Amino acid sequence: MPDTQELRINGKTVRVEADRDRTLLGVLRDDLGLTGSKYGCGEGRCGACTVMIDGAPARSCITKLGAVASREVTTIEGLERDGKLHPLQQAFLDAGAMQCAYCTSGMIVAGAALLRQNPSPSRQDIVEYMDGNICRCGTYHRIIAAIQSAARAVKEASR
Amino acid sequence: MNLPTESPDLAEPTPEIEFERYELREEPAYHFALDRRDFLKGLGGGLLVLYLLDRESPDAEAQESGRRRRGGFNRAPVPQDVGAWLHIGEDGKISVFTGKAEVGQNIRTSLTQAVAEELRVPMSAVTMVMADTRLTPFDMGTFGSRTTPDMSRRLHRAAAAARETLIDIAAETWKADRKDLAAKDGAVVQTTTGDRLAYGKLTGGRKLTRTVTDDTPVTPAERWTISGHDAAKVDGRSFVTGAHPYSCDIRRPGMWYGKVLRPPTYHASLVSVDSSAAQAMPDVKVVRDGDFVGVVAPSEQLAARALAAIRAEWKPGPAISDRDLFRDLKNPGGQRPPARGGRGGFGGPNGNAGSIADGLAAADVHSEGTYTIAYIAHAPLEPRAAVAEWANGELTVWTGTQRPFGVRGELMDAFKVPEARVRVIVPDTGSGYGGKHTGEAAVEAARLAREASRPVKLVWTREEEFTWAYFRPAGVIEIRAGVKKDGSITAWEFHNHNSGGSGVQCPYRAANQAVAFHPSQSPLRQGSYRALASTANHFARESHIDDLARAIGMDPLEFRLKNLKDERMRDVLTAAARAFGWGRKPESDHGIGIAVGTEKGGFVATCAEVAVDRSSGRVHVVRAVSAFDCGAVVNPDHLKNQVEGALVMGLGGALYEAIAFDNGKIQNPKFSKYRVPRFRDVPEIEVVLIDRKDVAPAGAGETPIVAIAPAVGNAIRNATGVRLRSMPMVPRGLKV
Ligand code: FES
Ligand code: FES
Repeated sequence: MPDTQELRINGKTVRVEADRDRTLLGVLRDDLGLTGSKYGCGEGRCGACTVMIDGAPARSCITKLGAVASREVTTIEGLERDGKLHPLQQAFLDAGAMQCAYCTSGMIVAGAALLRQNPSPSRQDIVEYMDGNICRCGTYHRIIAAIQSAARAVKEASR
Repeated sequence: MNLPTESPDLAEPTPEIEFERYELREEPAYHFALDRRDFLKGLGGGLLVLYLLDRESPDAEAQESGRRRRGGFNRAPVPQDVGAWLHIGEDGKISVFTGKAEVGQNIRTSLTQAVAEELRVPMSAVTMVMADTRLTPFDMGTFGSRTTPDMSRRLHRAAAAARETLIDIAAETWKADRKDLAAKDGAVVQTTTGDRLAYGKLTGGRKLTRTVTDDTPVTPAERWTISGHDAAKVDGRSFVTGAHPYSCDIRRPGMWYGKVLRPPTYHASLVSVDSSAAQAMPDVKVVRDGDFVGVVAPSEQLAARALAAIRAEWKPGPAISDRDLFRDLKNPGGQRPPARGGRGGFGGPNGNAGSIADGLAAADVHSEGTYTIAYIAHAPLEPRAAVAEWANGELTVWTGTQRPFGVRGELMDAFKVPEARVRVIVPDTGSGYGGKHTGEAAVEAARLAREASRPVKLVWTREEEFTWAYFRPAGVIEIRAGVKKDGSITAWEFHNHNSGGSGVQCPYRAANQAVAFHPSQSPLRQGSYRALASTANHFARESHIDDLARAIGMDPLEFRLKNLKDERMRDVLTAAARAFGWGRKPESDHGIGIAVGTEKGGFVATCAEVAVDRSSGRVHVVRAVSAFDCGAVVNPDHLKNQVEGALVMGLGGALYEAIAFDNGKIQNPKFSKYRVPRFRDVPEIEVVLIDRKDVAPAGAGETPIVAIAPAVGNAIRNATGVRLRSMPMVPRGLKV
């Protein structure tokens, strides 16, 4: 039976009426209209559904709604601030790091989580951290380049 | 490697190589176009340019009329002859309409470049309306690497004609000499006075129609300022913010969610269904129609629950298994009746010449090999998805497909509705790679929506996509060849069973040749895939050529250059070898390999370096260099992106990907069981583009995938002495 739950999504408190055992991905997409997070596998193996929970990357397709109560969820829609793209979003555009772009939301959220944790990741750090995210179009090395250039941009901006 | 020269298996008469069977391209059953004519009326004032297809042009293959038309003003067009159209409104708004679909190959961007180039406007001034069967002209589909050679050329011509027409009108308006006028930034400018008239104003409230054909002159490639240069992906921002709506993101008022009951095994048939438990759930609707059983519910979760509550009894089909696959593909009559195949694609003479027996007799060394190719899945990251809505007897479906008009045909057939009452809209799609030519999800969603009397969304699960979409054909390839010590090839015999005819031709000089494609019966549903059978045929040929070179102690690059006829193939080969640093001795447990190929008017050579970890058996491709020539380059950065992506995707089929099936059931329908290339697999990649301004551009989405597998196989051979003759080569690692 649906419960009413308070969630923190992208810095706002929202109320949803939904079963606690529904997936976070389903609720984000179908109930809250936040369709930037994608379904790609439903088993935590492709990363298309990646969101941040309290700043750490999580697969929303295997995260139950009940598990995110009172925690801070950030989706791809929450990365842009006051009309300004997150440096990694901008870096993806600059590096042309996409083809069909279906993987892009999950890649950017995972990459942004990495940069929070490790502001200057090496290529090997990126490969290890991002290995759970699939890009079937094969744009991986452009994504690596985008993460590296976003890391540089952030460092320069904070100087 | 001296092997017997007579083989009864190979001696049987072989049919002519037929057209590629797997490029699905059936035409729709009907071809009314009245609704499109209505649409044209609906466009406001301004200039409309219709690109008419010429019977003699290759574009006309799917078209019906044989009459040749010339360009001119206000001629009544016959709608089904129109290949594209372009409209410049009184407000100056430029809209272009094409039936092609954006599935990640960035054609929305490259086609926008074509129009912006000819109209001398910034790309942002152009709106590209794509793949909407109500708004855009009929198009066979987005496949076969035809968008750039066909559609890009059409749009260059349509836009060039529009520009020249506007200059004509301006000359008349100003009573000026045409040569003093130029098109610039959305206006015609008088170079002597600096006066300007915006495109929108020039038409002055009139509705002008102009038709153009293939003979309209366009800006030559060496004068391009927008085409031929890098341009950012159109709508890029909406992709990095997650705002772009894919089919699976479409929401309609009152929309519910659907699920479809699937058979437990391939070719099983439904005996009985008990859906009472599902029907008893509040708000759940169960649909049964022949073998089709589906449910509709207000949430996806409830739909899934209802589906799970259905009890069904199935009669199993034949217990097909991958164990018998290659034996059966060689012996038609194997595991089940013929699968459906398409027509089309590959043509040309099969180059049979001389006598294989004579050629082998003249050879110093013979070499014989059998290569096997597994079924693989496209596994586009966006699985099949559709939203269907019926209103007033009209059906609208949003779905990701490479063939919007083909899917419309499927819907018309399934629901017996006329063309004018079905509309298929294809939002830019989460890729296809040849795997989205069909409309299963569209038909299923429409069936459910009709029953539920409300819009229904159906998104296939990953398991469904892996199981019920179609696969790249499996195949067996047999080669016999003979070579002289001086490096000349005396015999080349090549048989492809089932996987397809694309790329079977031998590009090397060989005095005696026999090349054949043998259709077979596929136990699994098979269809198009990026570059079709070319990948399999290149893998076998380029592996075998390498062995011939080794057998006579000649460098594989030198051997290829000695025997290759085609200048463009030789050029890509040399370019790749140079960029790679061919000839350098690799460190221990590393190996280098090279391969070359051609497909769909493009030429590619790839060099690869692999590292083999003898203890773990892991094979890692550390470096790959591809040189690619597809004529004049339209957008260098996007082209590189395509070549890089093809290399990475090709690694999957080369090294690990294979569909496993047993007892009629797909055994690995998940990303946790089906290994696709990931970050850790990505080599250092370098792409060398050969830009031939004098050659009309060919498509680029497919060809660059054909050379990576043999290059890697040859590198493994170089590192370990082991020749791997199966794709995938190392699904469980390499034991040496
Ligand atoms: S959809 Fe969640 S990881 Fe694939
Ligand atoms: S860009 Fe298509 S899946 Fe990554």
